Amino acid sequence: MTTLDQLKLGQTAVVQEFTDDFLSLKFIEMGCLPSEVVKLVNIAPFGDPIAIEVSGYVLSLRKEEASTVIVTLLNDVVLNKTN
Amino acid sequence: MSTQKTTYHIALVGNPNSGKSTLFNSLTGLTQKTGNYAGVTVEKHEGKFEHKGTSFSLTDLPGTYSLFPKSIDEEVACKTILSNASDKLDMIVIVADATNIKRHLLLATQLIDLKIPCVLALNMIDEAEKQNITIYKKELENLLGISVVFVNSRKKVGLEELKNEILKAKVSDSIFYNFEKQAKAFPALKSYKELIDLQFTCDADESKLIKQFEKEDNISRFYKLNYIIAKCVKKPEQLNKSVSQKIDTFFTHKFFGFLFFFLILFIVFQFVFFIADLPMTWIEESFASFMNYTANALPPGELNDLIVNGVLAGISGIVVFVPQIALLFFFITVLEDTGYMARASFILDKVMQKFGLNGKSVIPMISSVACAIPSIMSTRTISNWKTRIITILVTPLISCSARLPVYALIIGIMFKDEHTIYGFSYKGIVLMGMYLLGFAAAFLAAFILKFVLKTNEKNYFIMELPVYRMPQWQTVGMLVFKKVKLFLFNAGKIILAISIVLWFLTSHAPSNVFAQLEEKALVLNTPSDELNAQKLEHSYAGIFGKKIEPFIAPIGFDWKIGISLITSFAAREVFVGTMATIYSSGDSDNTETLREKLASEKNVVTQAPVYTTAVCWSLLVFYAFAMQCMSTLATTYSETKHWKWPFIQLVFMSVLAYGSSFIVFNFLK
Repeated sequence: MTTLDQLKLGQTAVVQEFTDDFLSLKFIEMGCLPSEVVKLVNIAPFGDPIAIEVSGYVLSLRKEEASTVIVTLLNDVVLNKTN
Repeated sequence: MSTQKTTYHIALVGNPNSGKSTLFNSLTGLTQKTGNYAGVTVEKHEGKFEHKGTSFSLTDLPGTYSLFPKSIDEEVACKTILSNASDKLDMIVIVADATNIKRHLLLATQLIDLKIPCVLALNMIDEAEKQNITIYKKELENLLGISVVFVNSRKKVGLEELKNEILKAKVSDSIFYNFEKQAKAFPALKSYKELIDLQFTCDADESKLIKQFEKEDNISRFYKLNYIIAKCVKKPEQLNKSVSQKIDTFFTHKFFGFLFFFLILFIVFQFVFFIADLPMTWIEESFASFMNYTANALPPGELNDLIVNGVLAGISGIVVFVPQIALLFFFITVLEDTGYMARASFILDKVMQKFGLNGKSVIPMISSVACAIPSIMSTRTISNWKTRIITILVTPLISCSARLPVYALIIGIMFKDEHTIYGFSYKGIVLMGMYLLGFAAAFLAAFILKFVLKTNEKNYFIMELPVYRMPQWQTVGMLVFKKVKLFLFNAGKIILAISIVLWFLTSHAPSNVFAQLEEKALVLNTPSDELNAQKLEHSYAGIFGKKIEPFIAPIGFDWKIGISLITSFAAREVFVGTMATIYSSGDSDNTETLREKLASEKNVVTQAPVYTTAVCWSLLVFYAFAMQCMSTLATTYSETKHWKWPFIQLVFMSVLAYGSSFIVFNFLK
């Protein structure tokens, strides 16, 4: 299982589901919801927080918060399709 | 729309960073009124405009991402829409960013479901065009069921059309919420508005149900929006890495990011310290000459003294802060407006989080090197309540510019200019040490408060990093003006009241002691500065100063310092002036003579020097930590709307100051 905080810089993924109820409400209203494509675009100098591109803008979040978002790496999705 | 009414009430609603404030300014111009919402320190902006003979009253609501609030600002926005929906609010102007239309339309669909007449203003349409985003207006109007107006609030494009559409605003026929699901979960509720209303009054079980509904409903809204966007918006397939993201690689860089951050701080402080100094001196001098003039113009007596030394001196003490506050707010607003502040928060959040603060506490903390008042006022950008309170409570520990004269006087007693180590003057090193001590104390206090304060509010950092934009100078100017006004009227009232009390204490004495002193002075031909010293000694403040001597003796202070502690409760820098009066060193601006007098001051009985190293260090530490600034307390009150917080601030800082001075004094004695 991959979570959003495990993405490498420049990597894209698709949001699957959330493990934290409260944060999920916040993520959804920020346009970061299941089936949405996200891309890791920045990591703060101390390694935390991170910034993702989602729904056409950049959203910053702490790694701890990112770890509550389950994602599928986009490469995997493409691979599954071709198989 | 009914035609009987004379003024229609409109609310301006949108996400943060949708350009709402600029649109508000463009629509209402200089007719604005600013205040706070009842009971909370969320700013309320109201303005008026007229169009084709109809007058409108416009309220700029705090930005919100949805009608299910996640912060105090958002709660105020939602509650204002709801409480007014039945009678006062006639329509809503929804403001959305055309370059980021999908996320901004989530709130729009929720507002449409409230069944209030709405108009959608698609702002920043020029930027959307630059990015080759095409929006089909007619299709969007059909699907949303409301009028859509393309607006560029910065260039004032589309405002006439927006006003025309406001005149014709109607309730949409479209419904976006899942009414079947809502009817199943909440059979008693007849509308979407009732559901939004319910979240503020419901019990825990209902709250859980509402959250479940919110989640599913918002997801389904986005699916509907995906369809709408596909129909109405044409976007270039592959977006290049945006300019903002390119700038970010520099501003959030491990090395250059911090370099730039400190460069900005350096520039801000150059301005705040050196440029604000000019108008501040000018204000002080103008007030001094005006007070002089008034004192001579009015018939002498009690009233004269009250007006000049009580009221005018109090007002002068308030107004003198204005240049610093205005300049600091100017920079803070520009940093906010350009989007840089979000990046500063981003690079420093990790460090600040360890101390119960977050990235957004950085600027208030650093601004308080100049003055704690604008710092406390700028904590409004921190949406998390606990983080905001901690920031407010600890910022006054950081050494502000008012401590500088006190530090300079005392350090000057201990060290001479000749005292150097490796070519660095001791004076400079100690002064720097005092500033570091302030920062250390603030962070330590924050760290402790992190465990003491309890909150149910979740602390998160899910925050939009807005695209970089040029600041809107008119909006910046308006905001600075509003902040200064807020300070003058909110904190000003309290400061003035305390100034008058302090005036009474220093200029009045029991029975006719002053008259006796004056008679004696006349006989002995005492110089006037010595008479003033005697008067102060026998005034109520002097009596208190002597009364508290047993309490301050353990930290090495005598009654003379005691009097100065009382008078400088208004503001720290008053310490120097009072000491000058007590030691009757004449011109209070001439600290050189005062310093010599203090250095040579001997105990009457033992003939030992009074200002020993131990006493000096004790004084330094005391002034570093003590809450000797009623302007700060008044601001804390007006920013927290509760006397509890300034009281806690006063108590913990006093205890810290006394305790530290006690340790320092007894260790060095």
